[in-house]
Parts: sequence; C-alpha cells; structure tokens
Amino acid sequence: MKLNRFAYLLKEGFLSIFTHGFMSFACVMVIVACLLIMGVFSVLAYIVDLNIDNLEQQNEILAFVEEHLPEDEAREIGARLEAIENVKSVEFVSREEAMNNFVSQYSEEDEEMFSDLTPSVFRNRYVIYMNDLALLDRTDEAVKAVNGIAETSAARELSRGFIALRNVVSIVSAILILILFIVSVFIMQNTIKLATFSRREEIGIMKMVGANNAFIRCPFVVEGLILGLLGGAIAFFLIWGVYSFMCNKIATGMIASILVIPTFSSLQLSVLVVYLAVGIIVGTFGSIIAIRNYLKV
Amino acid sequence: MVHLKDVSMQYRSSGTLAADNLSLDIAEGEFVFLVGPSGSGKTTIIKLLTGEVQADSGELEINGYDLRTIRRRRLPALRRTLGVIFQDFRLIEDKSVYENVAFAMHIVGASKREIRERVPYVLKLVGLEGREKRLPQELSGGEQQRVAVARALVNSPRLIIADEPTGNLDPAKSLELMLLLQKINELGTTVLVVTHEKELVNAFAKRVISIENGKVVSDRTGGYYGHEA
Repeated sequence: MKLNRFAYLLKEGFLSIFTHGFMSFACVMVIVACLLIMGVFSVLAYIVDLNIDNLEQQNEILAFVEEHLPEDEAREIGARLEAIENVKSVEFVSREEAMNNFVSQYSEEDEEMFSDLTPSVFRNRYVIYMNDLALLDRTDEAVKAVNGIAETSAARELSRGFIALRNVVSIVSAILILILFIVSVFIMQNTIKLATFSRREEIGIMKMVGANNAFIRCPFVVEGLILGLLGGAIAFFLIWGVYSFMCNKIATGMIASILVIPTFSSLQLSVLVVYLAVGIIVGTFGSIIAIRNYLKV
Repeated sequence: MVHLKDVSMQYRSSGTLAADNLSLDIAEGEFVFLVGPSGSGKTTIIKLLTGEVQADSGELEINGYDLRTIRRRRLPALRRTLGVIFQDFRLIEDKSVYENVAFAMHIVGASKREIRERVPYVLKLVGLEGREKRLPQELSGGEQQRVAVARALVNSPRLIIADEPTGNLDPAKSLELMLLLQKINELGTTVLVVTHEKELVNAFAKRVISIENGKVVSDRTGGYYGHEA
C-alpha cells in the first residue's frame, strides 16, 4: 500500500471518530463500563489471593532438635534445613527463647506459676517457612529425615484449608472473569456493529467504486483501535480513582488491620497494560467482525 | 467491451427468473439505452455486469474480464474499469463534493498531485465549479447526480453504467444530465443508460435495447422505446 494511500486511510479513520461522534462516544462508554466491571472484579480477586498468600506465609513447620544435642550443634542443623527444597527460610529458637515465648503467652499474674520452670524442659527448635504450602507433607518428610531432628509439628488441617480456599477463589474468579470478558466482548461487538450499521451504505458505495476490502476495512480498524485505546485509558484512570478512594476509606477502618491492601502503584502497570491491550483487541477485532457482513457485496 | 450470450439468472429467494437466455453485445464507444418496464430484468443486468450477482449459465464478458471465472478478490479491479451512476445518487453524506469525487481516486491509489489536477477538471466538466466544498444535502437533486457522474468519470472508466439516473430528477434536469452523458460519450467513453423514461429515450437517436421478462425483445440503433423490434 502506497504511503500516500495509507496516510489517507489513517486520516479517514481518525476523522470518522468525529463525524460519527455520538456512536464513537457510545462505543467508548461501553468499553469503559465493561473494562471497569472486569477490572474491579479482577482486582478484588487479586486482593483475596494476596491475603490468602499472606496467611499462608504465616503457616510453618516446627522442627524439634534431639535433646542430647548441645545448642552449638543444634545451630549447625540450620544450614541443612535451608538446603531442603521448598524451604523459604528457617529460624532457630533456643531453649531459653522457647521458654520465654511460652511464658509470654500468659498474663503477668499467671507467669508466677512458671517461676520454677527451667529452659531444659524445652527443646531447641527450628521454625521453618515454606514457599509452597501445598508441598507441606513432602517438606515435612524431608525435615524429619535431617540428622538431629527428633520430630516435627505442622498445622496440616489449617494448611489444607488454605489450599482449598485458594483453589475455590482461583476457580470462581477465573470463571467469573471469563464470563464477564465474553459478555463484554459481546456487548462491545454489538455496539460497534450498531455504529457500523449506519455506514453500510457508505461501504456499499466504496465497493461499487472498486475499493478492495483492505481499503474499506482500514479506516474502521484505525477508528476501532483509537476508540479502544481511549476506552482503555479512561477506564484505567477511573479504576485508579475508585481504588484510591476505597483504599483511603479502608485505611481508616478496622479492615486495614486484618487485610493486606496493596497500593495502586503496585498494580498500575499491569492494569494499564491489560486495559490498553483489551481496548485495542476489542476495538480492532470488533470493527473487523462488525463490517465483515457488509463487505460481501 | 460487453458481451452477454445466453445468460440466465434466477433469484434463489424469490424464484424469479431475472435473465432468460439473454444475449447482447455493446462495442467500444457506443451509447446504449437499456429499456423496459419495472421488473423486466434491467437492474439484474447491471448487477451481473458489476459482479454483484452471478449468472447461473451463459457467457459474460466485460472490459476483458470473464465474469464466469472471475475471483471475488478481482472484482474491485473490474469495478475500477466501470463508472456506475445510481438513481439515488449514493453519495457519502459527510464528505464534501470534492471529497466524494476524490475518494474514488484514492481507491485506485492516485497521487495527491493527480487528485488535485483531475478532480477540479472533472467537476468543471459536469458543471460543478464553485461547489467543491458543499455537502451533498446542500445540493439540488440534479447537482447531486452530477457529483455522482463526476465520481463515475474521475478514474477515466471504459464504460459508464447509469441505472435510472434521471429517476429523481425533473424533466429539465433529466435532459441536462442526458446531454452531459452524451458529451462524455463523445469524449470516448462507452455509456449504458438503464431507464424506463420513454420521452427521454425518444429525445435521443441512440441504440435502444428493450428487455421484457429477462429477454431482449428489441435491439435497434436509432430506434425508439416502445416501438417494435
């Protein structure tokens, strides 16, 4: 395609946005609405996932060191534990620390009950954090196999609960986002179809004068691409505003102490890229599909 | 230039036989009226010539393109050798007179310079000087039809097909348009005018092909519409 012709088609597509102002506005608004609905749901799913992840991080394996090992030898085991696959970090807790931790769980009045307690009652131990909670059983086995570890303790039921919760949230959010995406594409495609319906006469004229399909399609694609980008950008700024507003509200409430709410800056690049990409894809392909039938002349 | 031999075509949806073993030939440089009552098959012939519909059987050749074997993607190339004028003008409402004519040149990949030179020339030829910036709705019916003629003419087609071009015009404007088409024909372009306006056809001593029920019932040079073959 000649440069001159390409420039003409680009100009035609751009100008068409203004000559069909109302339909352009309708298309952009539909794209914005659909992206917002999808975006809000995706961000919510992300926050839920993040919080489950956070709770998971707090789950741990307690590995008790054999009683006869002195503390310096017990500390040497740490390196071997860290070398185990799926172990994120290990934390050594000495007999004294274990006793202090135990006693500190009780009120000062109750602490008197433990005045005769000595550290020798407790064992040296390791608190082991994992990368993937789903591999708890295998990791636990590997920890037990380490020389010097007498036994382990892990909250298996709790971890299974987290895994089940994460699976449910992942599946439900994936299904809902997919449904919302399909509905959004359908709505957007129909809006674009409606917008191009009024221009079927124009397409017919172009065909009759000898325009090939690429020549006719190009301005529509340019128009769809610009409208999609515009819709994506507007939706991005709106969700940014809504998210920041909600964060400010939550920050002052009780929920802030329970939930981990990421700042928008940690999400904005992903949201921007996804919104612009979806806007471009929907705008471009929506236009191509919408005018397809009018090209069969 | 135009060669149709034993062409038959039936619309699947209605079962109407729009062309029934129809044969006609038009030579380069001719001015031909294609006449007949409503529903006789005139518009179908135009659709066959422009590749909008396909014949069920027979030979169809136009400007060197064999319409029996032409591929869909080659249709634009065929249509660029034609200039088609419609009863309802078919102008793009949001483009000015100049742009309506120029876009036909953009389609064939003409350069800016060619467009700047050719469009004013053609607009002058059809008598639309000074109307370049007007939108179609700001023009009279006659002027709109002249824009359509300019658009049909701008790429120097070998054949101009006018489908009831005077259907929306008063008698004076109709005559004016026919004189314009005659002028274009004198400059070397073949012209095929489809009409059912007897008076207009009778005003010009040209070749007249009469169609009825999808068949050629009369073909006379200098003949008159309604007279026997």
